Amino acid sequence: MTVEPRLAEQNAAVALPEPFLRWFGEKGWSPRAHQIELLAKAQAGQSVLLIAPTGAGKTLAGFLPSLTELANRPKRKPGQARRGIHTLYISPLKALAVDIERNLGKPVEEIGLPVTIETRTGDTPAHKRQRQKLVPPGILLTTPEQLALLIAAGDAKRFFEDLRYVVLDELHSLVTSKRGHLLALGLARLRSFVPALQTIGLSATVAEPDELRRWLVSQNPPKGSTGSDMAELIVVTGGAKPEISILDSEERVPWAGHSARYATPEIYREIKRHKTTLLFVNTRSQAELLFQELWRVNEDTLPIALHHGSLDVAQRRRVEKAMGENALRAIVATSTLDLGIDWGDVDLVVHVGAPKGASRLAQRIGRANHRMDEPSKAILIPANRFEVLECRAALDANYLGAQDTPPLIDGGLDVLAQHVLGCACGAPFRADDLFNEVRTAAPYAGLDRPTFDRVIDFVATGGYALKNYERYARIRLNKDGFWRVSNPRVAQQYRLNVGTIIEVPALNVRYIKAGGKGVASRGGRVLGKIEEAFLETLTHGDTFMFAGKVLRFEGIRENECFVSNAPGSDAKVPYYGGGKFPLSTYLAEQVRIMLDDPQRWKKLPEQVADWLRFQADKSVLPKRDDLLIETFPRGNRHYLVAYPFEGRLAHQTLGMLLTRRLDRAGARPLGFVATDYALAIWSLGDMSAMFKARKPSLGALFDQDMLGDDLEAWLADSWLLKRTFRNCALISGLIEKRHPGQEKSGRQVTVSTDLIYDVLRSHEPDHILLQATRADAATGLLDVSRLADMLSRIQGRIVHKALEQISPLAVPIMLEIGKMPVNGEADETLLMDAATLVEEAMGPGMAEE
Amino acid sequence: MNFSLARTSLIAEADLVGISGERAVCDPRGVLYFPDLRLLAVSDLHLEKGSSLARRGTLIPPYDTGATLLRLQAVISDYQPSIVISLGDSFHDGGGAQRMHASFRERLETLMAGRDWFWVAGNHDPEAPADLPGETVRELAIGSLLFRHEPSKQRVEGEIAGHLHPCARIVQQGRSVRRRCFAGDGGRMIMPAFGAYTGSLNVLDRAYAGLFRLDTLMAYMLGAQRIFAISGSMLRPG
Repeated sequence: MTVEPRLAEQNAAVALPEPFLRWFGEKGWSPRAHQIELLAKAQAGQSVLLIAPTGAGKTLAGFLPSLTELANRPKRKPGQARRGIHTLYISPLKALAVDIERNLGKPVEEIGLPVTIETRTGDTPAHKRQRQKLVPPGILLTTPEQLALLIAAGDAKRFFEDLRYVVLDELHSLVTSKRGHLLALGLARLRSFVPALQTIGLSATVAEPDELRRWLVSQNPPKGSTGSDMAELIVVTGGAKPEISILDSEERVPWAGHSARYATPEIYREIKRHKTTLLFVNTRSQAELLFQELWRVNEDTLPIALHHGSLDVAQRRRVEKAMGENALRAIVATSTLDLGIDWGDVDLVVHVGAPKGASRLAQRIGRANHRMDEPSKAILIPANRFEVLECRAALDANYLGAQDTPPLIDGGLDVLAQHVLGCACGAPFRADDLFNEVRTAAPYAGLDRPTFDRVIDFVATGGYALKNYERYARIRLNKDGFWRVSNPRVAQQYRLNVGTIIEVPALNVRYIKAGGKGVASRGGRVLGKIEEAFLETLTHGDTFMFAGKVLRFEGIRENECFVSNAPGSDAKVPYYGGGKFPLSTYLAEQVRIMLDDPQRWKKLPEQVADWLRFQADKSVLPKRDDLLIETFPRGNRHYLVAYPFEGRLAHQTLGMLLTRRLDRAGARPLGFVATDYALAIWSLGDMSAMFKARKPSLGALFDQDMLGDDLEAWLADSWLLKRTFRNCALISGLIEKRHPGQEKSGRQVTVSTDLIYDVLRSHEPDHILLQATRADAATGLLDVSRLADMLSRIQGRIVHKALEQISPLAVPIMLEIGKMPVNGEADETLLMDAATLVEEAMGPGMAEE
Repeated sequence: MNFSLARTSLIAEADLVGISGERAVCDPRGVLYFPDLRLLAVSDLHLEKGSSLARRGTLIPPYDTGATLLRLQAVISDYQPSIVISLGDSFHDGGGAQRMHASFRERLETLMAGRDWFWVAGNHDPEAPADLPGETVRELAIGSLLFRHEPSKQRVEGEIAGHLHPCARIVQQGRSVRRRCFAGDGGRMIMPAFGAYTGSLNVLDRAYAGLFRLDTLMAYMLGAQRIFAISGSMLRPG
């Protein structure tokens, strides 16, 4: 959108103080319409949501109300009390706060404003934090966790008494997680300190702006209050359309896999053609692999760097700095660089692998060319044939401006428990007051009183039916009706455990010399952290890729993993627990629509279109709302392949449930594998014949009732639920997080959450923490809600093809069989294998001597 | 062999493990049963660990004692032993027996009735548990067997101990499986911890150094329905 000069000038004259106008004039700029509009609304006392594409001057817009107000604030006279924080800025990333400090500092200095700007993050040294408490800056840039800590301090009310604005950056990304829940509760607390508090939300385009508008302001207002329950909305549309293309490779696009190795030379050619290229991948292991592959062909030794969340912080900062100085030609990155950090002159974004969501794609492409009136340039590199379809769908969606940000979910009870304890650490509270306050936060607007009371009970004594812990209560209800922490140690514990980010247990990766003294030597520098679960599968001498190197595993000592440089370049690639996004519902639908419409295949690369034509010939392509199921024999097994396109998580859950049902029906299933697109189950029994005889019918097999008892029964033992429970237990404060230093005090001392889960489930299945766990699982790791939608969609729409042999569409998933471990479910089989091996090697009877 | 047992059918000849000439069943539920002696050994019950942690502010569910006793009840009712040895750390701390809920105490006393019951002193519970029957001993010799809580530093043939909470880990097909286990080399046996909240420590950890003859070390890993006997050479640390 271009600014209409006259309108802008008129408004500007009204709202902008003279030094600002002079500054804009000196720069040869004029304030943009949305910046003035936001300022006007804020000055009228309203909270505002600003939705704008990258490069629209969002940050400045967000701070204008604060800066103009601070500019006009009379100087503090000697003897007057120090002023508190005026504006709180909260972003999801520490790096973003640091970045804003730099970007905002410049205009503030140039305009000559008497405004202090400081950051406060986990990295801020203690002495600086203390000074901030005594001499608060005008603008404090921080993260949700730091806000939680600030409001749990005894001086919170005084510290925030002068607070006028809270600016929430990248709001679309903050609100979708438990961090968002904690932040919403923190905001509610701030509003109770300062009722006139205004919020300014900055967001990329989202599907449902009204959700964010509610999120920004108080919900459930008391009777008689006049405030709106939605923030004002300003939308900046447009920006130049990005130029996005899908790599039309001269190479053969593989059937399966995620490496996109085939395209490396073509990617390299593009890097050479551009000034700075940002390469996005979906997982850290893909990042490692791509980085290696690029350096393999990097004949010109171009400066190509690697950036992902497991790398050592110092290493990451070096890359970021080099990037800011335009010293790099390419950066391979994961989601750590997703958000709107403003660095360097990126003129090309390459997305390797499918983007998994149209909104995510738009966000990442926004990284190129940070000026909104020039088109960004991006190339998508599908790693396999299904990804070609997905990239095509994402690309079409992006042009349509389609959005598929996930809907907001209700606030977690585990997060609420943490917040309740935090409030008690700050100051004594009345349950009635806190209940009303909590319900002003949008994620908790629908919270009922009995549930709230159970959460309080949980915080106090664990909330168990067996009332055994009254004397160990963490908070107590006093005669005056106020809840108070029972002793100072509770507040100490709280501070160590604040936040909702649960890190997977990980070990430092430290260099030692190859062939040296092994783990007995002192060791060199730390390269980063790797998940314990991965390291456990390694033995001495195994090689893997990390930090852009091929490393040899030398051993583990305490919480460090020792590695040396590996000769050669073949390696096991690390898998990482995090970082895999499921295919978005919206994009899944787009892929189904495309499969159903041969006209659209013309836009696909020829080899992919041919693949689909083969499929139509040998089997059938599913209609957009149908579920195609193919069965065929292969080797001495029978296979079922279903194509729901609902994402890996939902397919995994479906796989577990179908396997149980097929087992009961006598099909003797042996295993299954799930991808984002399809699900394959193999069995000894002839499933084609079974479905033909309607024993069972496919309709019955896929009936929604599988989400009842079968789900319950399976969930009971599922590692997925145990992992979810662990997160809830940590966030709610039931158990403490592991901290560096106190780690590994011996496994026999700590109580594992798996054991707690087992005990709690069998003795008090309705406990509030199990309730929270199930609610999480429904949307999280299991994606039950999506599965439920799918099952109801396909009722009466199952198309079964009994084939003589594997179909073209089934090839990709069949190639995954054996590559992907089915977590946790086959443990006993592995033990059996090992035990059998022992018997073979030693002969029967040897086992008992 | 003549088993004078309530449930002889529970024991197949092949499941018997030799310890210093005596033969025992390693039950996958984590107890050791000597059919010839009608003796059941269980180790590291850690009763009232939940309330012990609760005292220090970690309010984990108070059902561990109940859960542990239920499981103990099941194995006792299967084997109907005449002697039960609780091999130390029966209570998580010295005050555990006193803190125990009345209903759990009753359950425990019912289990003990009509049997010789020995509380071997452990490092967590060096004193006799308050107001409970049974005899508290530092160690106990029966036949060629010696029951004690902590394994002795020197090799003692026929020693049955607990304390270390052994588990074992194997890696197959790039995947890791860790389970509690009995660890034995034919001469000595260390029992897995039985308590509901007890963790475990890998048999290859330094803490086990010198306790076993490595060439004959076996880990009897606890499966859902059976024991998996895994040779020491296949085990992984960590």
